[in-house]
Amino acid sequence: MTITPIARASQARSLGRMLVVRVLGTIGILLVLSIIVFSMLHLAPGDIVKNLLGNRASSPEAIAAIRAQYNLDQPLYMQYLIWLGNALTGDFGQSIRLQDSVSNVIGSRLGITAALSGLAFLLALVVAVPLGVQSAVRSGSWIDRFATGFGIVGLSAPTFAVGLLLLYVFAFYVPIFPVYGAGDGGLDTLWHLVLPAITLALGLGAIILKLTRTAMLRELETDYVTFGRARGLPDRQVHLIALRNAAIPIVTGASLVLTFLVGGTVLAETTFALPGLGTLLQGSVLFKDIAVVQALTLLVAVTIAIIALLADLAYIFLDPRIRAKESAQ
Amino acid sequence: MSSTEAIVLAKLPRSRRRHPVAVWLSLALLGLVAFLVLFGNLIAPDATAQSILDSLLPPGSPGHLLGTDELGRDVLDLTIAGAASALVGPVCVALGSMLLGILLGTVAGYLRGPIDFIIGRWTDLLFSLPLLLAAIVVAGVFGAGYWMTVLLLILLFSPSDIRIVRAGVMEQAARPFVEAAQMLSLSKARIMFTQVLPNVWSLVITNSMLNVAFALVAFSSLSFLGVGVAPGTADWGRQLTDGRAIMIDNPAAVLVPALLIIGVASAANLVGDWLGQNLTRTGRS
Repeated sequence: MTITPIARASQARSLGRMLVVRVLGTIGILLVLSIIVFSMLHLAPGDIVKNLLGNRASSPEAIAAIRAQYNLDQPLYMQYLIWLGNALTGDFGQSIRLQDSVSNVIGSRLGITAALSGLAFLLALVVAVPLGVQSAVRSGSWIDRFATGFGIVGLSAPTFAVGLLLLYVFAFYVPIFPVYGAGDGGLDTLWHLVLPAITLALGLGAIILKLTRTAMLRELETDYVTFGRARGLPDRQVHLIALRNAAIPIVTGASLVLTFLVGGTVLAETTFALPGLGTLLQGSVLFKDIAVVQALTLLVAVTIAIIALLADLAYIFLDPRIRAKESAQ
Repeated sequence: MSSTEAIVLAKLPRSRRRHPVAVWLSLALLGLVAFLVLFGNLIAPDATAQSILDSLLPPGSPGHLLGTDELGRDVLDLTIAGAASALVGPVCVALGSMLLGILLGTVAGYLRGPIDFIIGRWTDLLFSLPLLLAAIVVAGVFGAGYWMTVLLLILLFSPSDIRIVRAGVMEQAARPFVEAAQMLSLSKARIMFTQVLPNVWSLVITNSMLNVAFALVAFSSLSFLGVGVAPGTADWGRQLTDGRAIMIDNPAAVLVPALLIIGVASAANLVGDWLGQNLTRTGRS
């Protein structure tokens, strides 16, 4: 089929329209979510001023200052708009628990969480993709059975339970790894992150393994694989070609992986007492430090929305078949 | 088994017929735990009774097979009694989410139009946040108790049920028997719930079994973080939080509930997968 310039232009236009619809849909969802997150402050049990005062004494001056600081005398929609405007410029107010601005608090803990999730993601990828490929290629073999079992346990086992088991084995039986905390920076911190990262990587790896295995199994049944084999291509080469096509659904699963990562990070950091965003969230929730909870919730929602959008785009740009189908509609 | 099913089965790769031994073991474990849920309070009536004299005994102590925790509570009794708290919630979550999924999914998938649009945006919204994060934030900030947490998780679990039922109903709605029912001028509600829905059951049951596994994980995660289950309750997740500090003195206080959570969740997952492969062959497109 030859594509005329006109057809190409209309294809590009409908592709553009589809992108706009996706982006607008994402923004819409985020706006609704921001309203819910904002209203948390007003819906939380107890008196709003007392909640915002935290442990400080409630003198009339302090109450007046709080009312002015949070614009509590303005109508609700104005409060929301001011809050949203501030949030968009990175100003989420003050943490009543840590007596610092929310952006400072988050900034100081972002590093640990980023390092932990990065390390876990790397570990999971390095183990799960080859294992997934092998388990699909040798479907039914012992390696496949092992991988499937590993996948089920990895998907089912809660992060904290795995973490505690590892903690027990490596901290008390074979004391190679440190038990708690984040160390003193640099290599020491990395050393402290190994156990939590393995803990997180188990669940992540299980998801990636499942995605890889399913995608590879589907690709291996296609005609081009049969044809490649019939032409005498070595197995290795055929598998690499199949993996390239299987990569598409794996990339699309990125938001699934990220969703797991968020909950998993909270649990892993709590289990190993790491001062990251996860423990920050847990502490803030239990202390009802609502400004921090609001900021973290929005941050996660925006990150996930962006990654999901990028994964969708990657899907469209990686796979010409999808591109043709989407723009044909 | 019909002959077409036998052919389909024969054509499946060997690995997709999961080893039945694992399934039987899983069912046995689930049965044992169900027994503990039902009769745990009779076997260990005073599990949360504290005793200073018996504080922190190691496993194998006389009278305390798994030892005691720092409050002198017997770990074995706690674990037996904790099964109810750890499992009743998740099962209720799976059932509630199934009900919501059937109701909204069938309506959205059969009627389509504006109702479908609204339900669709609703599931989009619920999907936009990770389930565990939403649960921690809402249950934590509002100080939700056990049953409020169950309701919250039902809400958060329902989108997957809604989408699965909706997809199944949409597939069925295009079939001739639905057209026939419409020609007999049966009411829409009757077609939806007596004609279409029975064909989607296998999907629903499979997903609910998987939901039990994930709800167990979510529930115990929440109680581990100190949300949803009151301190002092006999609950597996809670045992892990409390037991972390005494891991050296009595490892059983942590290892036994941890392994039980992992085991039960894996078993429910395995049975769910197995049901999925044996029930839904006709339902899935």
